[in-house]
Amino acid sequence: MSNTIADDTLDLRGVLCPINFVKTKLKLEAMADGEILEVYLDSGEPMANVPRSVKNEGHQIIKATKEEGGYFRVIIKKSS
Amino acid sequence: MAYSEEWIERYSRHIILPEVGGKGQEKLNESKVLIIGAGGLGSPVALYLAAAGIGTLGIVDNDVVDLSNLQRQILHTTNDLGRQKTESAKEKLEALNPEITVNAYHELVNSTNIMEMIKDYDVIVDGTDNFPTRFLINDACVLGNKPLVHGAILRFDGQVFTIVPGAGPCYRCIFEEPPPPGTVPNCSQAGILGAIAGIIGTIQATEVLKLIIGKGRTLKGRLLVVDALDMTFREVKIRRNSACPICGDNPTITQLIDYEWVC
Repeated sequence: MSNTIADDTLDLRGVLCPINFVKTKLKLEAMADGEILEVYLDSGEPMANVPRSVKNEGHQIIKATKEEGGYFRVIIKKSS
Repeated sequence: MAYSEEWIERYSRHIILPEVGGKGQEKLNESKVLIIGAGGLGSPVALYLAAAGIGTLGIVDNDVVDLSNLQRQILHTTNDLGRQKTESAKEKLEALNPEITVNAYHELVNSTNIMEMIKDYDVIVDGTDNFPTRFLINDACVLGNKPLVHGAILRFDGQVFTIVPGAGPCYRCIFEEPPPPGTVPNCSQAGILGAIAGIIGTIQATEVLKLIIGKGRTLKGRLLVVDALDMTFREVKIRRNSACPICGDNPTITQLIDYEWVC
């Protein structure tokens, strides 16, 4: 599963909306175009909101996989 | 840059905005804004700019808090009666946002002190209530090349106009000189609906924030005229006047003027 090499990782398990998105956005702002960010998100509201907001900012969601323990691993490609 | 948890949470609703983001918020935190007048307009302007995290706020006012001010000057409370408005303002703004610096100037702006006062600030806000000061601030900002957000209120009416010297018209491009003393009533003579100060002041604050983050379209070259009794917002296009005595091609005003003060 974890064959994508991420340039950076954010563990946002337990972080509520919208702070999880805010942290994702700040991290993406600091990254270069084309770099890969991996975020861990809780299921439910975070998974419903964060990937959508990230896409609205123009970034690409490469994939989202459900991991053991019920959280999601989301791979984002920074695009400006 | 490493952001603190507190910073992320305090400014999260700004950071979420695509037009602001972390970089825009940092610009706000690094900027310096001077607000002239801590009254009806200065109150909402200062409160929103402090909340927005403007790093340094300068507040100029030589007045003390009077009971008749409290109907519209929402920075001050009944407990502040008789206190300097700048001191009362500083206390409220620092309580709202302890991360910012508030410089209080308990003095009247005039031709001898204004250039020094505006020198270190990025944007100037006019929240004064009289024509001599309004023209003085316009001229100082043109000469000092400082963006200025003008606002004025009376009865149910208000106006906002953003001046970017060198890039658009100034206040004198519209009104060449102050009206003769005594021909225009002030708030204490004509009355003012308190909430108008909130409408106009929050529009001024919005203009300041846009100037700093560099997004959107400001009221540069557009005089916004608000009639709250009829609740209409009208826009008057203004072009730079090449014959303007201060920002025209051959300016006749080359130094600041202290007009006669009649109140």
